[in-house]
Amino acid sequence: MKLFYHIGKYFYLVGKLFTWPEKFSMYRKQGLRELLLIGLDSLGIVAIVSVFMGAVLTLQVGINFVHPLIPNYLIALTVRDTMMLEFSSTIICLILAGKVGSNIASEIGTMRITEQIDAMEIMGVNSVSYLILPKLFGAIVFFPLLTLVSIILGIAGGLAVSLLTQVVTVHDYLDGLHMFFHSFYILYTLVKMLVYAFLIVSVSAYQGYYTKGGALEVGKSSTMAVVYSIILVLIFNLIITQLMLT
Amino acid sequence: MIKIENIHKQFSGEKVLNGITAEFSSGRINLVIGQSGSGKTVLLKSVLGLIKPDKGKIFFEEREFTTATQNHWRALRREMGVVFQGGALFTSKTVEDNVKFPLDMFTKDSVKEKKRRVDECLDRVGVKGTNKVLPGEISGGMQKRVAIARAIIMNPKFLFCDEPNSGLDPITSIRIDRLLKRLTIDYNITTVINTHDMNSVVEIGDYILFIHKGEKWWEGNKSEIFSAGNEEFNNFVFAAEATKKLIKT
Ligand SMILES: Nc1ncnc2c1ncn2[C@@H]1O[C@H](COP(=O)(O)OP(=O)(O)OP(=O)(O)O)[C@@H](O)[C@H]1O
Ligand SMILES: [Mg+2]
Repeated sequence: MKLFYHIGKYFYLVGKLFTWPEKFSMYRKQGLRELLLIGLDSLGIVAIVSVFMGAVLTLQVGINFVHPLIPNYLIALTVRDTMMLEFSSTIICLILAGKVGSNIASEIGTMRITEQIDAMEIMGVNSVSYLILPKLFGAIVFFPLLTLVSIILGIAGGLAVSLLTQVVTVHDYLDGLHMFFHSFYILYTLVKMLVYAFLIVSVSAYQGYYTKGGALEVGKSSTMAVVYSIILVLIFNLIITQLMLT
Repeated sequence: MIKIENIHKQFSGEKVLNGITAEFSSGRINLVIGQSGSGKTVLLKSVLGLIKPDKGKIFFEEREFTTATQNHWRALRREMGVVFQGGALFTSKTVEDNVKFPLDMFTKDSVKEKKRRVDECLDRVGVKGTNKVLPGEISGGMQKRVAIARAIIMNPKFLFCDEPNSGLDPITSIRIDRLLKRLTIDYNITTVINTHDMNSVVEIGDYILFIHKGEKWWEGNKSEIFSAGNEEFNNFVFAAEATKKLIKT
């Protein structure tokens, strides 16, 4: 029962999100701020995680592909496709759910309990769209870019492994990278990222917006934001994959 | 003019407001007083439409808003200024951007004009020159004053302050009180102030509504408070040391 209540309230919030901005220039200013906050701030962690994922993936695949019938270039191909299909989108988003989601929920939650949201509503500002729309914009613009960075750095991580170890030669690795490339995978990844961006921002904002109480509750909202974002990302990963790839 | 009729509100079975009726007229300071937890903030938020009362009616200038649509509320709210109990300044914006926010949102004024207006308001509340600092970097009392500046920047018809004096020293309190009084008279604003500061009551109270445990126990003006003859109200009034002295002289 409680679940339906929350789902209903969530869609009510999402509905209020899409109204015409009172003043476009104010939203633009806010949007630029969110680009920096959501996007640039996440670049570091995404970069580190991607390089290491690419490197470990190359090692693991390299160790498992030691059969005379399996050509070595398949290692790079596997790394590339795995990064693209899953690691650089879903895994990166699980990390972003933790970083961006908790950030959004605690920021909006704090605004709620310190009456800043009330103050906004009282001025006649649609606080839902003023607070959330710019964040959504930031995430929708930056999440796909972060994926791209992640794919590139993951592949670079693998390249580093091929340079430093005997698992695969650099030649085979580079060869494998541009074999059997399906451009459809790019669309698939892009769709996933856009859906994840929307889910993480809206769910976390929902958690923050309806926070009641004090600082302790803001902490709880923040945790719930991360938990629900992760669960939804995983569920939608399954749904989108079923719809688009099979 | 604001009229409230028979406002009831309960939270999870506990009665917080129990049939409050009052009329707040324009050009006057209307004070809502009562102990901590008596329901002042809930009453104020009900009038503002932030809390939906279980029962009762609210009129602004003869027009009923209890059942008004979101859009009507939004239009009405552009004529309201509110100072929340904690100030409610936007923590990520500078003082100037805070005060300027309503102008940025709802007017087409030039940058220069907006700056002039901001400076004028900051000057009026006595925190000139704090334009570029963040709310977290100024004292609580200064934050309150900035919040007042933000509330009056659009020349509101209705001004609501939830304990504008809490956390302020007596001198600043009196200055704030007089400022609110001046603004109220100058612009014929309907001002509603929640307070438990007896100094404010004797200084500026044109109309006083005393609520106790969510009920109206007394109403009147400041010259009537000492002859009120209501026990709860007397206890509240005479609990303040300052008023005892004032009576003696
Ligand atoms: N959102 C809410 N949910 C549940 N109970 C609430 C809520 N808001 C207020 N209350 C309860 O209503 C009662 C009155 O609270 P209110 O904040 O109006 O008091 P107050 O008169 O403003 O006190 P103070 O002078 O300390 O600000 C309190 O017992 C409070 O616990
Ligand atoms: Mg209060």
